[in-house]
Amino acid sequence: MTRYLIRRLLLAIPTLIGVSFFVFLSVRLVPGDPAIALAGELATPEIVAQVREDLGLDDPLHIQYITYMGRMLQGDMGQSIRSRLPVVDEIALRLPRTLLLTFASLLVAAAIGIPLGIASSTRPGSMFDTGSMIVALLGISMPIFWLGLMLMILFAVLIPDWLSLTSPVLPPTGYGTWQHMIMPVTALAANSIALQARMTRASMLEVLGQDYIRTARAKGQYERTVVYYHALRNALLPIVTIIGLQFGTLLGGAVLTETVFSWPGIGRLLVDSIGYRDYPVIQGTVFVIAVGFVLTNILVDVLYAYLDPRIQYR
Amino acid sequence: MASSSSVTELSESSVTSSPSMKLPQSFQRIIRNPMAIIGLVIVLSFILIGITAEIIAPYDYDKSNFMLARDGPSAEHILGNDELGRDMLSRLMYGARISLLLGIMSVGIGLSIGVPMGILAGYFGGTIDLFVTSLIDIMLAFPSILLAIMMVAFLGPSLENAMIAIGVLSIPIYTRLVRSSTMGVKQDLFVEAARALGAKNRTIIVRHILPNVLAPITVQSTLQMAVAIQAAAALGFLGLGAPPDVPEWGNMLQKGRTYIRSAPHIVLYPGLATMMVVFGFSLLGDGLRDALDPRFRK
Repeated sequence: MTRYLIRRLLLAIPTLIGVSFFVFLSVRLVPGDPAIALAGELATPEIVAQVREDLGLDDPLHIQYITYMGRMLQGDMGQSIRSRLPVVDEIALRLPRTLLLTFASLLVAAAIGIPLGIASSTRPGSMFDTGSMIVALLGISMPIFWLGLMLMILFAVLIPDWLSLTSPVLPPTGYGTWQHMIMPVTALAANSIALQARMTRASMLEVLGQDYIRTARAKGQYERTVVYYHALRNALLPIVTIIGLQFGTLLGGAVLTETVFSWPGIGRLLVDSIGYRDYPVIQGTVFVIAVGFVLTNILVDVLYAYLDPRIQYR
Repeated sequence: MASSSSVTELSESSVTSSPSMKLPQSFQRIIRNPMAIIGLVIVLSFILIGITAEIIAPYDYDKSNFMLARDGPSAEHILGNDELGRDMLSRLMYGARISLLLGIMSVGIGLSIGVPMGILAGYFGGTIDLFVTSLIDIMLAFPSILLAIMMVAFLGPSLENAMIAIGVLSIPIYTRLVRSSTMGVKQDLFVEAARALGAKNRTIIVRHILPNVLAPITVQSTLQMAVAIQAAAALGFLGLGAPPDVPEWGNMLQKGRTYIRSAPHIVLYPGLATMMVVFGFSLLGDGLRDALDPRFRK
């Protein structure tokens, strides 16, 4: 397993190099001089010249990339145009908040989506199955930022009005207490709940049709044992994959959720930075999220190997 | 996928014409699937609304009336008025056109780059395949909406750039799908037979490979429309899509969020419209997959 993990990490290096090259090139998409883009439009000619020299923008592209990577490996992602703080500090301050939101949403999604999928799969074709799958598809179709706004209307406008309260039932924006988490986590988790329910149902239905399940039933085993012991364990693999992939999607979705609820994470930082054309921060946040996504995929692969003894990794 | 069925169909078919999917049968399967029909009806309704917006919209989508600003639904304005007193229903109808166009254009971009890349990688293999798969791996290393946000952030916010960004993020999906389908089809006997008869690579790709990867492409494109429309609304909501006065649904949501206390209807309807059209394309896509993909047939 350790050898496999090391091999998998080594295999991720070309992807990570590609990701960093992509992010490095992105600033060249900005019309005009990348030095001005990176220093800010209000920067003095001296500052622009300094940035040009620091980043070696007059050097050939491959030398520039090596310089860029050298700085990245030392934890230097440049300086924010807006705050003049190091980008790495800006990200380090906000990343834990985004991870909190993302992990909480992932947990909620798994805790609701998987049981819902199992319940649907044990009653295929029933009203419950059809109804829950239609709701799940509606959940996938729902824009998360819109759901966020609807939750805000419900908890900060409608319910207080009905109950004649002077303040919202839940804080509509901000960060700090568990109450602040309820709406953003619900909005962010909704799509994942739906997706995990559908995936679990499909995977369980496939397994429940296998011969060994029929054998288990023929042996007179309790239905609960058949479903949870025999079927679920074998249906888990695609579910684990989808949970892993969902982590990346949720990180992307956090950009929208954090914008709706003014959650001070890296998603919000990214959107704010776009408004200020703070390109070093945009590059830094995108890079960190992408690296997080790549590492999660590796973790999923390793979990796969751990969960399924049939898979032989050389 | 469709390619896997082609092996068994070979014995009945001539070697020069590759087995194509049986459309009448597939059509019957779609007709028999009530969820797919619901999806089709929703999609066609939105297409019809988008095409005929000029005729059926009760008001000019751009005409402000500050006396009616943020007014709720009424007999004259069924869905109420927005923050500038413009008719919500008319704006939503024009918005349908923009969202569908955004979806079609970005799916077109994804198809026109992703499909050739997938076919070349799957058919020729070797260095081309290694290069293409590495590129896909890198693109898939970004959560999709993030890639679109990053591209628009650097290209500059506009409707065209939003289309390009959403189109680009669907490229790896098409490439991966078509690559694997091509790898399956190129092993089939009818391709070997065509090659033995002296057919050139270009002929084999156009006449034998492409028709056999059409089914998965059709399914994916329908599902991708849903993804593209949702992504376009997200970019609009972040202020990275159409200019502020354009009645794009995400844009309308962004403008309306300031007034959720006094005029919640401004954010309610554009979100509902987005959800319904995405739901329609998802149902239709699922139905098409059930009908065209033998693995999903009951």
